[in-house]
Amino acid sequence: MQMTAAEQTAEQAEADMKQEEATPEETVKKSGKRKLVAREERATVGEMAVENPRMSCRNVDVYYNFGEKKAINNISLDIGRNEVIAMIGPSGCGKSTFLRCLNRMNDTIEGCQVKGEISMDGKNIYDKDVDVVPLRAQVGMVFQKPNPFPKSIYENIAYGPKIHGLVQNRDETDELVENSLKRAGLWNEVKDRLDQPGTGLSGGQQQRLCIARTIAVNPEIILMDEPCSALDPIATAIIEDLIDELKQEYTIAIVTHSMQQASRVSQRTAYFHLGDLIEIGPTDQIFLNPLHQLTEDYITGRFG
Amino acid sequence: MSPTQLLLTLLLLTAGGFYIGRRQAFAVSSTKGGPKVLHSRPTYYGSLTALWCAVPALIVFSFWLAFESSVITDIMIAALPEDIRTLPADRLNLIVNDIRNLVSGNIVGGKISPAIQAAADHYRSMKATSHAALSVLVVALAIVAILGIRKVISPALRARNHVENVIKVLLIACSTLAIFTTIGIVLSVLYEAIRFFQIIPISEFLLGLEWSPQMAIRADQVGSSGAFGAIPVFLGTMLISAIAMCVAVPIGLMSAIYLSEYANKKFRSVAKPLLEILAGIPTVVYGFFAALIVAPFIRNMGANVGMDVSSESALAAGLVMGIMIIPFVSSLSDDVINAVPQSLRDGAYGLGSTQSETITKVVIPAALPGIVGGVLLAVSRAIGETMIVVMAAGLSANLTLNPLKTVTTVTVQIVTLLVGDQEFDSPKTLAAFALGLLLFIITLILNVIALVVVRKYREQYE
Repeated sequence: MQMTAAEQTAEQAEADMKQEEATPEETVKKSGKRKLVAREERATVGEMAVENPRMSCRNVDVYYNFGEKKAINNISLDIGRNEVIAMIGPSGCGKSTFLRCLNRMNDTIEGCQVKGEISMDGKNIYDKDVDVVPLRAQVGMVFQKPNPFPKSIYENIAYGPKIHGLVQNRDETDELVENSLKRAGLWNEVKDRLDQPGTGLSGGQQQRLCIARTIAVNPEIILMDEPCSALDPIATAIIEDLIDELKQEYTIAIVTHSMQQASRVSQRTAYFHLGDLIEIGPTDQIFLNPLHQLTEDYITGRFG
Repeated sequence: MSPTQLLLTLLLLTAGGFYIGRRQAFAVSSTKGGPKVLHSRPTYYGSLTALWCAVPALIVFSFWLAFESSVITDIMIAALPEDIRTLPADRLNLIVNDIRNLVSGNIVGGKISPAIQAAADHYRSMKATSHAALSVLVVALAIVAILGIRKVISPALRARNHVENVIKVLLIACSTLAIFTTIGIVLSVLYEAIRFFQIIPISEFLLGLEWSPQMAIRADQVGSSGAFGAIPVFLGTMLISAIAMCVAVPIGLMSAIYLSEYANKKFRSVAKPLLEILAGIPTVVYGFFAALIVAPFIRNMGANVGMDVSSESALAAGLVMGIMIIPFVSSLSDDVINAVPQSLRDGAYGLGSTQSETITKVVIPAALPGIVGGVLLAVSRAIGETMIVVMAAGLSANLTLNPLKTVTTVTVQIVTLLVGDQEFDSPKTLAAFALGLLLFIITLILNVIALVVVRKYREQYE
């Protein structure tokens, strides 16, 4: 059964209320029953590997400032096909940095070094013979703040396909623009004003425009870096619905600060802490029965 | 007291006023629970007292000094003997000048008659009286103001608001000063230009194809018919500016793109200031460079390929002027390109754009309004440039678009028309003002366009 984001929100709220009803003693008893991995332990807990992964990361280290600052420490993680994987954790824990490694966006940051192996469909994307340009066309990215180009709505979508030569003439471009906007659920709102600047749309519409722009170049993987953090709850719900639909065709990795959002949209969740991948597993398990003390601390709001 | 001493006294009184006002504020508040009950901080009460002490006194002081001399002179003339008083106005002026010189102890031509000596003494005594009266008035005004304000000071007095209002008026005065100066300049140029257009019809000036601003001084003089067609001069300006922009815009823009998009921090921190030093070289030095190195070089090159190049050419001046303008274009464009948010670049890279696609299709279009504004500012600079053209492009007003020929520009003609001894009623001299007016209008229009363009698109990507 396909639940809408609104229904999921309601259900989550109900679950939250139930949790609140539990007395402190019960919580202690409940957590006392399970044996949690101690806070000091930093090795990844949970099953990080999946069968036939789309992307596979092994022993990834990331340094900023030419090696002065280590941002990510020995992370190994698989991203499966057609799954939504959520990355959560307190600010500065390296989840965005990790996400930006997956399409080599970190190359644009001066002094950023990536070590280890990140492969897509078995091919290491950090190999010398890999060109970042086609890679980024395959691994699209949606950013925290909506960043439409200061061009018309039409041009915003047409830009990517044009530079990659995916469209030959005006008719094909028109069709692709319409399709992309429809898939992003924006078509009905903007079809009469395609020639107006994309920056004139509302925040939620801008973010859907950016998603439409990303899927217009037909990527295989979409990375989303806190795509809803600048949006109101209604716009957030629309985008979460969209993510649900997109996962039929794409693999999606999403960084989010909202645990409700992670639990609503993802199948697997990874918890990051100070550059370490602490725990990875099915979303239900992470939120209901975490294995690591730090994960439990974070999702119960004890810190972070 | 002399005016200087009086000013110093007033300064002391003002300082004293500040101190007294501040003390009074503490005094009136001490019985009611300390400075907290005051509406404003004690310093504001001091400032208010100081302002009331200084400003009215200064106004009286300056008006008095402005009118003192003419009033005293009038009184003195009225007291002169009948035979001198009834002299024609210009003779009378000479005598008044003599008297003034006598008063200030300068050497006076001719003999000094007793009448004049008496008038000088009269003048001197009146001046002394006037200064004494002024001193008394100013000091009294200042002291009365201090005492008055001291009495008014109470915790409810809104001293801060009063002081801030005064400061606001001061700020307004400063900001309008530049505007009024501009208006004054325009009016003075306009007035002289109208005098020119009374002699030479405006249509001839705007549409004439020949520029030869020589007027016959005597009727029988040869070869000085005078022609005041501005077109060749403006065409020269356009030609040289166009050459300069052809050099400056591509080089400046590309260096800006390199500095902001490709160069690493270290290179940028060295190269940008160095590039800006180019803007600090005096234009006359560029002029040497153009006249002594570039122009002969171009002439020799032309001779080598069998072309006739004059030793002063539009090309030489334009090239060097272009070099001079590079820092304008590059520095302004660099700032604008840097102001384009990184998120736009990320967005473009995230779609798989190459760096050059990102720059040409996303960053430059976003920065374009600012770049256009910078280029238009550079154009106004090129149009107004004089020194390089004087030295490298020559003085003869040829109606030509050939950059290898000698041409002249508006600013150069203005300089040559006004250098040396001039009579200010001949069209030759007045033509300079007409040229200046037209040039002013053209650069004004360019600046307005630049402002409109920049303002219209400024916030587009935010």
